[in-house]
Amino acid sequence: MPLFWLILAVLGVALAGFILGRSRALGHAGGDSRGLHSLPNYYGWNVALKIMVPAFGLLVVWLLLQPLYITSQISEMIPEASVADGGSLGLVLAEVRRAAEGLDAAVASGAMTEEFARDVRADFADVTQRLKDAGQIVTGTITQPILNAAQSYRIMTATGNMAMSVAVLVLALAGLAWGLRQTGVSFRARNVVETSVRALLIAAASVAILTTVGIVLSLVFNTVEFFRLYPASEFFFGTNWAPSFSGRGGASDLGVIPLLWGTFYISIVALLVAVPIGLFAAIYLSEYASSRVRSIAKPAIEVLAGIPTIVYGLFALLTVGPLLMEVFGKEGLGWMQSGTSVMTAGLVMGIMLIPFVSSLSDDIINAVPQAMRDGSYGLGATQSETIRQVVLPAALPGIVGAILLAASRAIGETMIVVLGAGAAARLELNPFEAMTTVTAKIVSQLTGDADFASPEALVAFALGMTLFVLTLGLNVFALFIVRKYREQYE
Amino acid sequence: MYDAPKTAESTVSQNEIKFDCRDCQVWYGDTHAIKDVNIQIEDNTVTSFIGPSGCGKSTFLRCLNRMNDTIDVARVEGQFLLDGEDIYDRKVDPVQLRAKVGMVFQKPNPFPKSIYDNVAYGPKIHGMAKNKAELDEIVERALRRGAIWDEVKDRLDQPGTGLSGGQQQRLCIARAVATEPEVLLMDEPCSALDPIATALVEELIDELRTRYSVVIVTHSMQQAARVSQKTAFFHLGNLVEFGDTGEIFTNPNDPRTESYITGRIG
Repeated sequence: MPLFWLILAVLGVALAGFILGRSRALGHAGGDSRGLHSLPNYYGWNVALKIMVPAFGLLVVWLLLQPLYITSQISEMIPEASVADGGSLGLVLAEVRRAAEGLDAAVASGAMTEEFARDVRADFADVTQRLKDAGQIVTGTITQPILNAAQSYRIMTATGNMAMSVAVLVLALAGLAWGLRQTGVSFRARNVVETSVRALLIAAASVAILTTVGIVLSLVFNTVEFFRLYPASEFFFGTNWAPSFSGRGGASDLGVIPLLWGTFYISIVALLVAVPIGLFAAIYLSEYASSRVRSIAKPAIEVLAGIPTIVYGLFALLTVGPLLMEVFGKEGLGWMQSGTSVMTAGLVMGIMLIPFVSSLSDDIINAVPQAMRDGSYGLGATQSETIRQVVLPAALPGIVGAILLAASRAIGETMIVVLGAGAAARLELNPFEAMTTVTAKIVSQLTGDADFASPEALVAFALGMTLFVLTLGLNVFALFIVRKYREQYE
Repeated sequence: MYDAPKTAESTVSQNEIKFDCRDCQVWYGDTHAIKDVNIQIEDNTVTSFIGPSGCGKSTFLRCLNRMNDTIDVARVEGQFLLDGEDIYDRKVDPVQLRAKVGMVFQKPNPFPKSIYDNVAYGPKIHGMAKNKAELDEIVERALRRGAIWDEVKDRLDQPGTGLSGGQQQRLCIARAVATEPEVLLMDEPCSALDPIATALVEELIDELRTRYSVVIVTHSMQQAARVSQKTAFFHLGNLVEFGDTGEIFTNPNDPRTESYITGRIG
C-alpha cells in the first residue's frame, strides 16, 4: 500500500474513532453531556489520539529502520570484487537501488512481468537491454551480482512495505478498541487531551533544539576531519589565505586571520552606520513623531528589511562603489584602487541593518511605561533629557539585543560582501582596500571543484565553526553586559 | 517669604493666593472635559479635589503644570495665574514651570536608577548643585522631607524600584521636593498603597504644607477630610463647590455635593 494511502487510512480510522468515541460517551451518559466528566469532544479526541499517536509513531520508526536493515542485508550479498570496481560500497548500493527502481518502473509500465523481474536466473545483459528499451536510465551495465542484489532489494522492500502497512493498520485498530474501551462516564478524557497538548508543545520545542545540536555536530565532525589534514595552529594563527586551486596537491595557506579581520572590519563599519541612524530614527519615531508621520514612516523604513541582500549587493557594486571611487579614487584622494572595498560593503550593509536596529528599538522604547516619562517631565526635564537619562537606560537591554541581532546579521552576511568588498583576503587597515569575509570564503571554497575530502573544501566547516563560536561568544558577552547594566522598571 | 501662622485652620483664608484660575476650559478632542472652572489655590494649604471618576479633577490638576501639553488632543483655555503670571503665556517655558510646580503620580514611578540618582535627577538637570557635596546635601534634605531618609540612608546606591510601594511613593515625593518646587501636585498619591503607608504619606503631606502649596486629587473623602484645609468638588467637568474642608463636609451648599459625600452619587 503506498504511503499516502496508508496515512489516509489511519486518518480515516482516527476520524471514525473520534465520532465513535464521542457518541459512545454520550450514549453512556444517556445523551446528556452534563453527566460526563469531560465535554463529549474530548472523548472523541482521546480515541483519535490513541489511534494516531502509536500508528504514526510506528510508521516513522519503521520508515527509518527498514532502509538500514535492507542495506545491511544487501551489502552482504555484494562480493568484494564489485565493490572494488564500483569505487566504494556506497556507490554500488546506489547502483543497486537505481536498478531496483528501474525494475519497478518497468513492471509498472508493462515492459516486464513481475515474474521476470523476480527471476533469479535472468541474464543481466537481457535485463539491461529491456530497461533501456523501457526508457529507464541505466548507468553503465548492470553486473550479475548487482542485478541479483537489486532483485532481492525489490523483494525485501515490497515485503517490508506490506508488513509495515499491516502492522500500522493493526495498531490503529487496536488503538481504536483501547480508546473506546476507556470511554465511560467517569473517564477523564479532558486530562488526557491536556497531557497530549503539552507533549505536542514539548516536541515542537525539542525539534528546534535538536536541529541546532545536529547542525553543530555536523560542523564539529567535518572540522575535526579538517584539522586531521591541516594543522590547527596554522589555521588559527596563519596570516595568509591562499588556497591552492589545483584541487589535490599543491600547498595551500589557510590562515583564518585575514578573513576574520575582513569580517570584523566590514561589520564594524556596518554597525557604525546602522546603530546611530537606526537608534535615532527609532527615537524620533517613538518619541517625537506624530502618529500620522509614524504610521507612514515606520512601514517605509521596514521596507528596507524586505529588500533581498543580492539587490543591496548590486546597489553596492553599481552605485555606492563608483560614488566612493569619485571621492576617494584616483581622481579624488587616491586612497581607493577599485570600487570594491570594505567601505563600500560596510556602508551598504549598514543601510541594510538600519531597519533591524530601528524597528526593534522602536518597539522597545515604546514598551517603556509612560509613567517614567511623566515622572521625568513632572520634574521639569526636557524631552531629550528624559530620553537620554530615563527612557534609554530603561530600554538598554532591549537595544543591546537589537544591536547584537544586527551584528550577527552583519557577520553572517555574504551577498553584499561578494559583490561589494571583493574577494581578496587581506590584512590591512585602509578601509578603501578590497577585503573579504569568512562567509564569502565559505561559499567560494565549497562551490569550487575541489575534492570534498581535501582540506581546501573542508576548511569551510572550520570557518563555519569559528564563526559559530564567535557569534556565540558575542551573545554571551552581550547577555553579561545587559545583566550588569540593566535598569529594571518593573 | 510669607511667615504668618500656618497651621490653624481658621487662619487658612489669610494665606496668599498661589494659583488663580479663571474661566478654565479643557477639551480632549471633542469632549469638553473642564467647563468654566474658577478656583483660587492658596499657599501653605492643602487643597483637595474630590469627585466621581471622570469628573475632570485629574485633568484640571494636570493643567496646573501643563502636563496636558504632552497629550496631543488636549486643548486648554482660560487663565491660570501662578503668582499673577499666566502659565500658558508664550513666554513661559513649560519645562521651567514643571520644576516650580512638582507632581507626584497615582502609581509610584521611581526611575530604574539608584535611590540617590532618583532624587538627584531633578537637581542635576536644573544645575542646582555646584559640586558633589552640595548634591549629597540636597538629596539628604529631600529624603528627610520625604520622611524616608532613615529607611534608605544605608542603601542609597540600590535601585529605587526595589523599595516597597509605600516607600517608592515617598521616594517619588522626595524626588519632587528635591527641585524645591513652590506647588506640589499629587494625583491620587495613596491609591496604590496600604493603610499604613497611606497614613505615613498623609502625615508627610501635612508636613509639606508648611513649605509648599499642596494640591491633592483623591477618591477617598476621609482622606480629603483628614489632610486638606480646602476642598473642591468636581462633577461632570464643573467645579460644583469650593470652600473650607470642614464646611464642605459638614454643611455643603450644593445638593450634588451632599449627595456625593453621603455616597448617593459617585
